[in-house]
Amino acid sequence: MPLAAAADVAQQVVSGLASGGVYALLALALVIIHRSTGVINFAQGEMATLSTYIAWTLTANHGWSYWPAFAVTLALSFGGGVAVHRLVIRPVERGSVLRIVIVTIGLLIAINGFVVWQWSGEPQQLESPFGTETFTVGGVAVARHDVGAIGVALAMVLLLWALFQLTKLGLALRAAAVNPEEARLVGVRVTWMLALGWGLAAGLGAVAGMLTAPTVGLDPQMMQAILIYAFAAAVLGGIDSPFGAVAGGLLLGVLLNLLGYVSRYEPFAWFTEELRLPAALLIILVVLLVRPVGLFGRREAHRV
Amino acid sequence: MKTLLELDDVRARYGPVQALHGVSLTVREGEVVAVLGANGAGKTTTLRAISGTVSRSGTVELDGRPLRPVPEEVARAGVAHVPEGRGTFVELTVTENLRLGAYVRRDRQVKADIRRIQGYFPWLAERGAQRAGTLSGGEQQMLALARALMSRPRLLLLDEPSLGLAPLVVREFYRIVRELNEREGLTVLLVEQDARIALAVSARAYVLEAGRVALAGTSEELRGNESVRRSYLGY
Amino acid sequence: MSPRTARRAGVAAFVGLALLVYALPAFIGDFKAQQYAYVAIYLIALLGLNILTGYTGQISLGHGAFMAIGGYTTAILMAGNEQFGGSIGGGIKDVWTLPAAALAAGLVGLAFGLPALRLSGLYLALATFAVAVALPSALKRFETFSGGGSGINLFGLPELTGSIANVELLGRSLTFNDWLYYLCWTLALAAFALAWLLLRGRTGRAFRAVRDSEVAALASGISLARYKTLAFGISAAYAGLAGGLYAIANTFVNPDTFPIALSIFLLVGVVVGGLGGLSGLVVGAVFVYFLPLWAQGQDLGALLPDAVVQGFEVGGYRFKGTSAPGGPALVYGAVLILVMFLVPDGVSGLFRRAGRRLLAGRRRPSGA
Repeated sequence: MPLAAAADVAQQVVSGLASGGVYALLALALVIIHRSTGVINFAQGEMATLSTYIAWTLTANHGWSYWPAFAVTLALSFGGGVAVHRLVIRPVERGSVLRIVIVTIGLLIAINGFVVWQWSGEPQQLESPFGTETFTVGGVAVARHDVGAIGVALAMVLLLWALFQLTKLGLALRAAAVNPEEARLVGVRVTWMLALGWGLAAGLGAVAGMLTAPTVGLDPQMMQAILIYAFAAAVLGGIDSPFGAVAGGLLLGVLLNLLGYVSRYEPFAWFTEELRLPAALLIILVVLLVRPVGLFGRREAHRV
Repeated sequence: MKTLLELDDVRARYGPVQALHGVSLTVREGEVVAVLGANGAGKTTTLRAISGTVSRSGTVELDGRPLRPVPEEVARAGVAHVPEGRGTFVELTVTENLRLGAYVRRDRQVKADIRRIQGYFPWLAERGAQRAGTLSGGEQQMLALARALMSRPRLLLLDEPSLGLAPLVVREFYRIVRELNEREGLTVLLVEQDARIALAVSARAYVLEAGRVALAGTSEELRGNESVRRSYLGY
Repeated sequence: MSPRTARRAGVAAFVGLALLVYALPAFIGDFKAQQYAYVAIYLIALLGLNILTGYTGQISLGHGAFMAIGGYTTAILMAGNEQFGGSIGGGIKDVWTLPAAALAAGLVGLAFGLPALRLSGLYLALATFAVAVALPSALKRFETFSGGGSGINLFGLPELTGSIANVELLGRSLTFNDWLYYLCWTLALAAFALAWLLLRGRTGRAFRAVRDSEVAALASGISLARYKTLAFGISAAYAGLAGGLYAIANTFVNPDTFPIALSIFLLVGVVVGGLGGLSGLVVGAVFVYFLPLWAQGQDLGALLPDAVVQGFEVGGYRFKGTSAPGGPALVYGAVLILVMFLVPDGVSGLFRRAGRRLLAGRRRPSGA
């Protein structure tokens, strides 16, 4: 019994890491945007959905093969993110919090509407480039897609880390995020840096969407629940901590999967599938009330 | 000596409040010029008007060419502004601060320059990986100066570097500024509340009052000036 | 403009609105009466949210949840549920459940206001968003209390006024929709007047002080905790009242009656209407209710050219109109963004600026 259970748990952990990887990518996008522009982008999920539809239409309607479509979608999403910042966010960035919230909500509504308008609300199928087979490793059944997803997510995170920590551009991005006024004094074009941040975030969202669609199916509402999980991950890890976002995402993915697994056993049977989302929401509430900076965030002195 | 910086009838405002009512001054290449005045006289605003961090009208010319009030462009033109409060990137490391100082440069000698700058501030080498926010006030001021030097500026703007620092530290700071000016010909425009040390370091000075230039002359003249002595030197 | 003139103008506008409201049903059809009844319901909720967000500056993306509390309170009091083993006291008439709906929501709001004190700006928005998203799932889960996924049905109940037979009121026979219209608008006007009275007094000044500068308010001796919590409670009570009316108007409640979209639209309505002002909220309520319909070519949208609404063909490529699925949402979002660009302080702000300009022009000829 114990060995079978251990294999089961390992399985849940692996698939939890895969879904957690998606949460991590979207959470990272949210954190990058929040750190640099102080905005919580409620439209992040819809932007990811739009990107995924672009990838889908390239492969399904125009006969492209997967990886070229992936690359082009990434590039388009990046450009789209930059454009959104310059055209829609920049004009209201300095205004009241409420105004920015409404603008991102307007984006959410408009993009969701656009997706339905352009491609209809019918569910579509986006094939995974990793195939649908499962293989067994040491008695644990593992889906190829899950492994691929974890790999892609990890690669994106590492690439981003390298960009931020090892390059001059990354240094400028970080400087623009924490100290825009001083950054301008050394010649950093801060506005473009912020736009770049939005571009990177949009790219991360695109990858998250493309990794999600093969498993849950592509439809306009696809990323709505994922956005909530991403919020939970970002809040849990620390809304200004990129490391926290990734750690939070992986943690959340594994935790929710384990909770689901444990619900097979009597004392925990009340944790039904429907409670996954409210569980994430509860995490958001509890963390915000108890430790708003999250697990890895730093407590900032409150400027009065 | 040719003129490096020229301000002509510069006005600046913060929203509805007019801070500069037409300031004109010149800085010649290789000079150290001081701007003095009481709180609120417009000293900091003058520097901000040059670097473009406040909206202004009037002309600012660097090397005979007009300078637009856009900080990113001003930095690229070779003006390094060390703002009030140091302006160090407290969340980044010491070395990262220095690298940022060289942001506008496209040559390959940045690493060599870091070593050169560390010659003036030896402790920078040892504390390279330390977060700038954990440095003391004096060290942050030195770091801010080092960072400004990394861009190999033609003109250095210093905004009240002595603020909040112990007198010994201030003296050391200005000793280095003096050395940079004498050894490398660095042109400096500094704003100070501490008139005594400012007049000791500079060759010429302007005194601002209520957003206008009230007095101008060589530092020696101003030191002997009756009203300057009473208002700013305390005797 | 002197405060007294402003007040007189306000009262005149209010009376004008009231006259318009009571006269209108004679000229509009049954369906329109129902639509305008919903506008009144939104107005009540917006009045409440305005107190919270416009006056004390606390952002709530979860007021739909307070409406849900009010709505379910009304439904349960009218029809009962499994938990109570049938109806309560034989079922309570719809109108009399409304104070309870407001009270229940108000109490929850007060309870909410306390932890909310620890959150500011974006974080409060996120937290209230989380509550509103979680609510439908929670309602589905607690079946015996809420009736689960199928909710509670009110149509045909004797407690529901006017649903089966017409309502006899003041010697006239009203259809359900007309009755609904009068009920909702009477309560909306009363709520409006109440809000106005509340906000021009000491409480209103305290609210504004909290919004403009918490530090200054504290220094003036205003208890932040008390006023912020109070604002939450009052705004929740308003939303609860609106929710109860919503349940009556829909003649049922279920978890999908109060989705997160409702909370979002309420916040949109307050911002578009204009924070801190009351006059623009009527426009905000109209905006929230009618814009999706207009985009589909209904109501005023019939004035839009057919090509825009139904779409057209250009060189073999078909451009779908705004009435196609997703079109109204696209229009809604785009208009929302535009409004935030062009009229950031909402319709109330527009009114204020227009009023100032009107009276500045008038003052000059009369001299000093």
